Amino acid sequence: MSSPALSLDGVGFSFPGRQVLAGLSFNVAPGEFVAVLGPSGGGKSTLLRLIAGLLPLGAGRVLVRGTPVTGPRQDVGMVFQKATLLPWRTALDNVLLPAGFRRGASPAERTRAENLLAAIGLADSANYYPAQLSGGMAQRVGLARMLLHDPDLLLMDEPFAALDAMTRERMALVLQKLWQERPRAAVFVTHSIQEALLLADRVVVLAHSPGRIVADWPVPLPRPRAPETMATPEFNELALKLRRLFDEVAA
Amino acid sequence: MKAAFARFAPPLVTLVLILGAWALATGPAGLPSYLLPGPWPVALSLWNGLIGTGSFWPHIGFTLTSTLLGYVGGSIAAIIVGVAAAESRLFERFVYPYVVAVQAAPKVALAPLILVWFGFGLASKVVLVALICFFPLLVNTISGIRGTDPELIEMARSFSRSRGFVFLHVKLPAAAPAIFAGLQIGIVLALIGAVVGEFVASDRGVGYLIGSATVNMSVTTMFAGVIVLAGFGMAGSALVQRIQRRVVFWDNAERHIVTPQETA
Repeated sequence: MSSPALSLDGVGFSFPGRQVLAGLSFNVAPGEFVAVLGPSGGGKSTLLRLIAGLLPLGAGRVLVRGTPVTGPRQDVGMVFQKATLLPWRTALDNVLLPAGFRRGASPAERTRAENLLAAIGLADSANYYPAQLSGGMAQRVGLARMLLHDPDLLLMDEPFAALDAMTRERMALVLQKLWQERPRAAVFVTHSIQEALLLADRVVVLAHSPGRIVADWPVPLPRPRAPETMATPEFNELALKLRRLFDEVAA
Repeated sequence: MKAAFARFAPPLVTLVLILGAWALATGPAGLPSYLLPGPWPVALSLWNGLIGTGSFWPHIGFTLTSTLLGYVGGSIAAIIVGVAAAESRLFERFVYPYVVAVQAAPKVALAPLILVWFGFGLASKVVLVALICFFPLLVNTISGIRGTDPELIEMARSFSRSRGFVFLHVKLPAAAPAIFAGLQIGIVLALIGAVVGEFVASDRGVGYLIGSATVNMSVTTMFAGVIVLAGFGMAGSALVQRIQRRVVFWDNAERHIVTPQETA
């Protein structure tokens, strides 16, 4: 069997005087979409930053495709809760940021950036600046930027949390489409049960203080999932089970 | 045409009122001309100095040379030192408190000392101007870089391990509005520095022209000199502002661009 795309083994992390994460272990297979669900302040974002190499590990090991994480790497892409676009770059140039300066980008990178913008429905907005984009558009540009170098592992930190409910659901479907075109390992942090069930192959539930895994459940719903999926009994049963677990965890 | 009129008419009215009050105050019943010359003699002196005999131009050339050399030199130094300071914890802890302290001190007080060190020619003026522009821009550069949105920094870090990448693509452009604010302050201070240097000791420059006019009580020349300086100060400030609007266009971009509708 091939090595997992991501492997966590006894991962722990503390800020001074506060244990944030303790003894976290789980694997993500290549092409597997995992949602990490947990209450606010439960260390979900910290977990992603540890995997991304943005924070130094407190304890345990994080392996991406078999090699330990020592810092940010090109085969890992990340999006954040805010779109974090650079206001002085156009949408296209923001997608090209991982390649450096616009003039430094190779023709292949340019073509890819243009294709990605087309894939997220923003081909016509390539030359707009972030101030001209709506929240949903900006976050889609963030998704495209993450995908520029075709990473094997996606890390997403509540990327749609700041959007309104309608936009949020549409964004989840955009993400699903991008992911289905080339399924890759993904860790998607959220506190929305609906979003987790709409997107993930597996849901990992974290409890807080310190953050630890309390459930690791498969989501056996067929793809592509659509708003109709959310009306099926299977979806609702899972959602209810997660809700109950969530209430226990939060209590 | 109508819009231009609406824009320029009110300040023009103010100007006419001021000139009128000035003429009245210096009229037969007003102040003696050796204290306050009327607008007409001052205009005549300006005309003579700039066009008639052209006697102002060597002075203007000298003042502008020291202003520009000092401004450019001081600004480049301030940005380089500011970047180094903002990126270095050691500098911040050991040196920055003193930078703030020196920033609060009036640098013009150093003018006599600088003249002793660098002579009475152009060099001392350039150094004084550079010194005066240096500190506000230094402080602005440091606070601009330090004030970069930490979320943008983290985003850039997630794409590259290189500090240079984060600096070039995020911190430096994010600091640009603050740097330009410093450059804007600097251009006005630069002119002040040059004139103060010329007051203290010089044989040329608009500051010297004004200073030497005191000796022979030529108040009209003093007024003409001040008006020339005001003109160059305004022009320099406007030029920096134009460049600023072009370079940091995003800083107020929302105001004059149209937002397209969300296309889903």
